[in-house]
Amino acid sequence: MSTLPWLHPDRVAALEQALHQRILIIDGAMGTMLQAHELDEPGFRGERFEHGHDGHAHDHAGECDLKGNNDLLTLTRPHIIRGVHDAYLQAGADLVETNTFNSTRISQADYKLQHLARELNLEGARLARAACAAMSAKTPKQPRFVIGVLGPTSRTASLSPDVNDPGFRNVTFEELAENYTESANGLIDGGADVLMVETIFDTLNAKAALFALSELFHRRGARVPVMISGTITDRSGRTLSGQTAEAFYYSVHHARPLSVGFNCALGAEDLRPHIQTLADLADCLVSTHPNAGLPNAFAEYDETPEHMATVLGEFARDGLLNLVGGCCGTTPAHIEAIAEAVRDYAPRALPSRDAEAA
Amino acid sequence: MKTSHTRLSGLEPLVVTPDLLFINIGERTNVTGSAQFKKLIKEDRYDEAVEVARQQVANGAQIIDINMDEGMIDSEAAMTRFVNLIASEPDIARVPFMIDSSKWTVIEAGLRCLQGKGIVNSISMKEGEELFLEQARKVRQYGAAAVVMAFDEEGQAGTVERKVAICERAYKLLTETLDFPAEDIIFDPNIFAIATGIEEHNDYAVAFIEATRELKKRFPDCHISGGVSNVSFSFRGNNSVREAIHSVFLYHAIRAGMDMGIVNAGALAIYDELDPELRERVEDVVLNRRDDATERLLEVADHYKKGKGEAVVETLAWREKDVRQRLSHALVHGIDQFVVEDTEQARQLSTRPLDVIEGPLMDGMDVVGDLFGAGKMFLPQVVKSARVMKKAVAHLLPYIEAEKLRTGDTAKNNGKIVMATVKGDVHDIGKNIVAVVLRCNNFEVIDLGVMVPAQKILETAIAEKADMIGLSGLITPSLEEMGNVAKEMQRRDFHIPLLIGGATTSRAHTALKIEPHYKSGTVWVKDASRAVGVAQSLVSKDLVKEFLSKIRDEYTDVRERHRNRGPGKKLVSLEKARAQRFHCDWANYDPPQPAKPGITVFDDYDLNVIRQYIDWTPFFQAWELAGHYPAILTDAVVGPQASELFRDAQAMLDKIIAEKWLTARAVIGLWPAANLMDDVEVYTDASRTERLATLHSLRQQADKPPERPNLCLADFIVPKEFDKPDWIGGFAVTAGLGIEEHLGRFLADYDDYSSIILKALADRLAESFAEHMHERVRKEFWGFAANEALDNNALIAEKYRGIRPAPGYPACPEHTEKATLFELLDVTANTGIKLTEGFSMYPAAAVSGWYYSHPDSQYFVVGRVGKEQVEDYARRKGWTLAEAERWLSSNLDYEPE
Repeated sequence: MSTLPWLHPDRVAALEQALHQRILIIDGAMGTMLQAHELDEPGFRGERFEHGHDGHAHDHAGECDLKGNNDLLTLTRPHIIRGVHDAYLQAGADLVETNTFNSTRISQADYKLQHLARELNLEGARLARAACAAMSAKTPKQPRFVIGVLGPTSRTASLSPDVNDPGFRNVTFEELAENYTESANGLIDGGADVLMVETIFDTLNAKAALFALSELFHRRGARVPVMISGTITDRSGRTLSGQTAEAFYYSVHHARPLSVGFNCALGAEDLRPHIQTLADLADCLVSTHPNAGLPNAFAEYDETPEHMATVLGEFARDGLLNLVGGCCGTTPAHIEAIAEAVRDYAPRALPSRDAEAA
Repeated sequence: MKTSHTRLSGLEPLVVTPDLLFINIGERTNVTGSAQFKKLIKEDRYDEAVEVARQQVANGAQIIDINMDEGMIDSEAAMTRFVNLIASEPDIARVPFMIDSSKWTVIEAGLRCLQGKGIVNSISMKEGEELFLEQARKVRQYGAAAVVMAFDEEGQAGTVERKVAICERAYKLLTETLDFPAEDIIFDPNIFAIATGIEEHNDYAVAFIEATRELKKRFPDCHISGGVSNVSFSFRGNNSVREAIHSVFLYHAIRAGMDMGIVNAGALAIYDELDPELRERVEDVVLNRRDDATERLLEVADHYKKGKGEAVVETLAWREKDVRQRLSHALVHGIDQFVVEDTEQARQLSTRPLDVIEGPLMDGMDVVGDLFGAGKMFLPQVVKSARVMKKAVAHLLPYIEAEKLRTGDTAKNNGKIVMATVKGDVHDIGKNIVAVVLRCNNFEVIDLGVMVPAQKILETAIAEKADMIGLSGLITPSLEEMGNVAKEMQRRDFHIPLLIGGATTSRAHTALKIEPHYKSGTVWVKDASRAVGVAQSLVSKDLVKEFLSKIRDEYTDVRERHRNRGPGKKLVSLEKARAQRFHCDWANYDPPQPAKPGITVFDDYDLNVIRQYIDWTPFFQAWELAGHYPAILTDAVVGPQASELFRDAQAMLDKIIAEKWLTARAVIGLWPAANLMDDVEVYTDASRTERLATLHSLRQQADKPPERPNLCLADFIVPKEFDKPDWIGGFAVTAGLGIEEHLGRFLADYDDYSSIILKALADRLAESFAEHMHERVRKEFWGFAANEALDNNALIAEKYRGIRPAPGYPACPEHTEKATLFELLDVTANTGIKLTEGFSMYPAAAVSGWYYSHPDSQYFVVGRVGKEQVEDYARRKGWTLAEAERWLSSNLDYEPE
């Protein structure tokens, strides 16, 4: 696995060089930016899905709105997605995340669009790749990279959805691995430089993704760097599936990731102890992309760019970070402020013994 | 380069550092090693199988080994199901799992359920290098460590040379061909049985130990493990000798570098504590020190076999020791037979009578306290010890009083606690156990009994200069009363800590609803085993400040989390919940007509019949013994205690029945009824014209998918508009009449053990009486299941048609409905059961509830209800909103004003 050659050795070399020099900036929220466009149902459907589901007859009962399927906009409103990527690159992001958080077969099945899984990932990666290529041409000293996003899916492999039957599962490891294989192939073929298994609520889902990736790399005979980012659900300090930050890291470090980190669910302040744990233990790089605080009474994220940047600046000052960005509620203004706040601090140094392995 | 430690995880991390010395891997969840576990899996008793895993972890297993290799079991399915089940139990899943199988497909099935980093047991080169490497690569991809057996194409290695050579070859392949981390390799150099009578087997243990020494030297990052019980296989049936062999073998193997082992975590003998003769002969065998070692061990083996004969010998033996040791023995073993004469002898040898208490008796109780604290003794034993202590103290009391008059000298104790079951509640088994345990630890306990008003508790605390107050309660209204006591303590400016306990109490409730009302410390005590630690921290000048501030922080944190958990799952409106009510095809439903409508009274019911229906599992729970009956009787950990308790309970039950200690009475009733939204109207007779009562129910308001209705008990009665003759039933039973006389007798005899057994038995009899009456109602009085034929297990598993929900329980959590039930059945006149102001029943050994006959009727949890429903309920009950909020306080989804 980790002995396989890189699929794009030059891009990995450029990325590693940049990571060696400074803390790199990941982009911010996609959803928050899309909300501003206030798209309605026809807005989401575009021409292609105006009358139904991609030529498939509308043969099932009930409504099936496509409004809210943000990933679909990659196909129906590519200019909007490209605009979001451009805005973040403009704000200083070194890496942009593809609009593929829900582009797995399982998640798209909620919209009866499971057949689009590969296409969404392929096109999502192409859009981000084009945006990065254009910006890299403008700032050759600051090359930009595409993170192909593999989201958690809407199911959990180690939790029962039925309180009366704790042994029940509504998704299997194999199913998840198949889903992730399809999505990851799309992302790689579309030009993703790095893959990120992110917003991990349930470590078993992530392990299925990592298993799928290692098999896929094995088959392709080449690999791309993998980032892993878990989610501490609340102030209990554990993932939704019950693991502590340390246990989480031990459960995924076999994948020899480029980085491990936490994102979503909490604001930067509440994430600090858990990022500290990773910074103390991890043999690889450490990342974080928190939410803009905790949601307020109206379920909105309202932490200001200045506040978030101040807190994350302290992370950087204390040597905890290699990569930093934003999750729910963050905007290009947040990313710009964060980039500014961490600029003067050195990236976290790797523990020496595994320096060559990473 | 620094050494890499193996980093494993369940829900929590396990880093294998050298200071851990030896990792215990629990062996009991293995069908090849445990006949009991195999039986549970084969009989599909997964609930109990999960308990085996729980006990392993509770007994100190740092990893648990799971093996389902058995011809009659679908091993892959069993592995998946069991791992998924224990993955859902946080107190088990906190440790890493070892997936153990000789079949690769079974291993993969287990790995696919592990979110943590576990261990595969095992892979080897028995089918060649290619397959070995392929499996090792997969192990890495699944993120696990691996046990590598010293097994190659030629077979399992028996000699030191072959063990080391095979492991070395495997190590090279793993680290050089794959990038398998050295620290994730665990060698198993094969533990084989010794003392089999076959000469070449004599050196097997030595070969393992020496191979271990060499492997640890060559590969310091790797670990050495093995299945320890194999070594003593030839002594099966003689557990004392087997445990001695394990202990000696581990002693030497660990010194050689063995740092993990699959063992029975609860049953490891201590090397130093082995009988010297046995130890020497075992050592001869393990280390292969002499040719006749096996014969010499066999010579003495039978002598150490645990059996009935041994107990008798022991009983006589301890009487030979000096009086101090005799008292200690009596206390630790709970034997009260000789305690008065021994105490008297000790008194005559002491200068002051008090010296006997403060000397030998307290020393003995310290041993009991330590053993209990370390999980080596269980509650029933502690309560028996306390009985011995009380008898000894009772004997000394007159002498102490005389001494006190003469010198003014008084006994010192750890502290004084006033304990009570709060107003409106009559349940006290748990409180009594806590009192006993505290007394064992030299606390003076002033037990005010049950249904004690706040004022009396506080006045006693003042008058007695108590160091703390302990409140207990079982029913939900008691929770609110505990809050009231806390408020009252604050108002009257108390400064002593308040302890909260009882089955419905919780850390969250204490943190949210009690602690904020009282400034001088409120501590929730989970169970009797925690009570001593808490009480000792509270009376210790050194500890109290830090302890309370830690508790305060913890509760602040709980409140914080509660506040921050956001709106949680939102409830749906009452209208929406009602629209999604339970439906059936009412037009085509014919409700069963009762064979004997109206009220039937049963006086002095035959206890011999009721006895057949007892569900014993909760009886053991009352004693904090975890496990299901009957498996608990043979449980590896609590089995002996559970069996002893069970024998004592059976003996008392025989007496209860033969000597008529208790009287059982019941009343049942069946009335015409119709459903009106969330209410049920009950009519005087079949003409259904005159309303006798209206029963009020609450409806679930959780946001549920359309196929799962928002349930309300009333839904199980045919709606009025269908005009069908449906019925509802009610019942109240007790088996506790006459109990006071016998409790009084035990009290006079300082016998808490018998007192608690009697109360717990009365509770069981009341529950089984309810079960039995329900069966008769289904078969005779209502008669809709005349041909039902279910055994007791099926009854306990509720395999029958219909339900009997009780007011105050999750499906109908509002207690005042019990008053309606009592009026309908005229319960007090017909049975002698009274209702307290908190709607608790007295005698406590009583059960009451409703009968529903609908085939789809089921138990459910109403859960949280919104203000809208509370307002609606208040209107239906003729209450103010505040009254409704008070009675529904445990179910409110909002903070009342």
